[in-house]
Amino acid sequence: MQKYWRLIIAGMLFSLVFSLRAEYGDVVLNKRAEKEGMPPVIYPHWFHRIRFRCKVCHFELGFEMRAGSNNVTMQEIIDGKFCGMCHNDEIAWGVENCDLCHSGRPGLKSKIHGGHSTAGPGIW
Amino acid sequence: MLKIKCSNIFFTLFLMLILLLPLISNAASKWKSLADDGIHDPESPAIGVLQEPADALSKLPQDTSGNMVNWVKALEQGVINPRTNIRPETKVRIRNDDVFLEQTGEMPVVRFPHRAHTLWLDCKNCHEKYFISKKGANPITMMKILQGNYCGRCHGAVAFPLTECDRCHSVPRQKLEQAKAESRKKTQAENK
Ligand code: HEC
Ligand code: HEC
Ligand code: HEC
Ligand code: HEC
Ligand code: HEC
Ligand code: HEC
Repeated sequence: MQKYWRLIIAGMLFSLVFSLRAEYGDVVLNKRAEKEGMPPVIYPHWFHRIRFRCKVCHFELGFEMRAGSNNVTMQEIIDGKFCGMCHNDEIAWGVENCDLCHSGRPGLKSKIHGGHSTAGPGIW
Repeated sequence: MLKIKCSNIFFTLFLMLILLLPLISNAASKWKSLADDGIHDPESPAIGVLQEPADALSKLPQDTSGNMVNWVKALEQGVINPRTNIRPETKVRIRNDDVFLEQTGEMPVVRFPHRAHTLWLDCKNCHEKYFISKKGANPITMMKILQGNYCGRCHGAVAFPLTECDRCHSVPRQKLEQAKAESRKKTQAENK
């Protein structure tokens, strides 16, 4: 019976991991934020792509298409770069709404969520 | 003897139920709420202010993978009309032709539609960084795609995932010539 309990606990952990799943395409940015005492930043692709085509951010505004490869700092955002190109109280609400961007759980790593890189070999 | 067998079956069923739980809960709601998506802090003051995915995505044409939204249809049908540029001087470039990628072994041929892509993306997002703009010049393999190169840069990250084989491998070999002819006609019509 004991080996079954072990399996059941494994099964529970498994289902927990799989049901805690971020929306497809969410990116966590946490190179500096947590080290400087702010929660990690969560950037939702689904929300923005309803309003903007990919080319706006990845061509016009110059975001590299690799999670973690853009060296985003708060000062540059305030100066109107990166997220600050829109979050400037003109195109979208401004930088004073810290909590709306810095909304992540403690300890998250910078990466994209929900894609194959996180679904792991299970799918294959 | 019999008693042990019965409890074995019971435990096996119990185990199966637990393993199937995520599927059952996914079926109940296609989109996780922010508070229990595993990345948002449920204590954050943003919860309740930020829009819930189900609130926005359930109104768009549905699909069975990724965001559970068919983004190509959402755009084609005009359900959404995301901005193409912020600076007025930026040139918005569209290309209408299809490229048929035929080195697919046993699988149906891949039809790469420039139109569906350039509605979202600029040429520079792909050329010459991920793809050389010359037919047959890119040694693409499925392995490299699965590792996040070529099509796998976006598919499996933001665009529909790589489990959707048929959506890329969409042209059976015996229908290839017919598909190419249809594609040429469609491209000419769209170019006008
Ligand atoms: C509002 C701006 C914005 C829009 C619109 C946008 N993105 Fe992104 N994208 C980002 C940001 C920010 C990142 C994260 C960059 C980082 O972590 O340095 C990112 C990261 C990515 C990545 C890298 C993921 C990885 O695996 O590392 C891909 C691929 C990507 N975006 C594709 C797209 C596609 C396709 C679209 C259109 C459907 C799109 N993006 C629309 C801002 C945007
Ligand atoms: C539009 C989204 C957005 C808003 C609003 C925002 N931030 Fe940030 N912030 C970011 C991003 C993105 C980073 C870079 C994350 C990383 O990689 O660590 C960042 C990084 C930081 C950092 C890390 C150190 C640094 O300078 O880069 C601190 C501290 C910080 N933010 C504080 C704040 C405070 C305080 C506010 C409110 C006044 C705020 N942020 C509002 C997006 C935002
Ligand atoms: C191309 C312009 C643009 C860029 C760049 C951009 N955003 Fe946004 N963002 C918007 C708009 C527009 C809204 C909606 C504002 C509103 O509803 O008033 C928004 C809303 C948001 C929201 C709130 C979503 C919700 O549920 O209400 C978050 C969080 C956010 N952005 C984070 C970011 C972060 C982090 C970055 C940088 C990595 C970023 N954005 C870059 C335009 C942009
Ligand atoms: C995003 C589009 C896309 C998806 C999704 C996709 N493929 Fe492919 N596949 C390609 C492309 C592009 C090639 C290369 C064709 C060429 O170079 O002519 C390829 C090549 C192949 C090949 C032959 C070459 C090799 O690398 O072995 C096989 C087999 C294959 N794919 C199987 C699959 C299977 C199975 C799936 C689903 C699990 C799948 N593909 C999903 C785009 C895709
Ligand atoms: C999503 C990525 C992507 C985007 C965006 C994109 N292309 Fe392509 N392009 C490709 C791929 C993949 C091929 C096929 C390459 C091959 O056969 O190996 C291709 C092929 C080409 C070719 C060669 C076609 C032929 O039949 O020889 C040209 C020319 C080209 N693209 C121009 C453009 C232009 C102009 C734009 C912008 C309007 C553009 N592309 C946007 C991915 C893209
Ligand atoms: C730069 C990002 C990017 C790259 C690289 C890319 N795609 Fe896509 N692709 C997209 C986006 C965005 C969509 C819109 C649908 C979505 O987001 O799910 C899309 C949609 C598609 C569609 C659906 C068209 C329809 O009518 O439904 C096909 C097929 C496709 N891609 C094949 C490919 C193939 C094959 C490759 C590689 C040769 C490739 N894509 C490379 C971003 C990309």
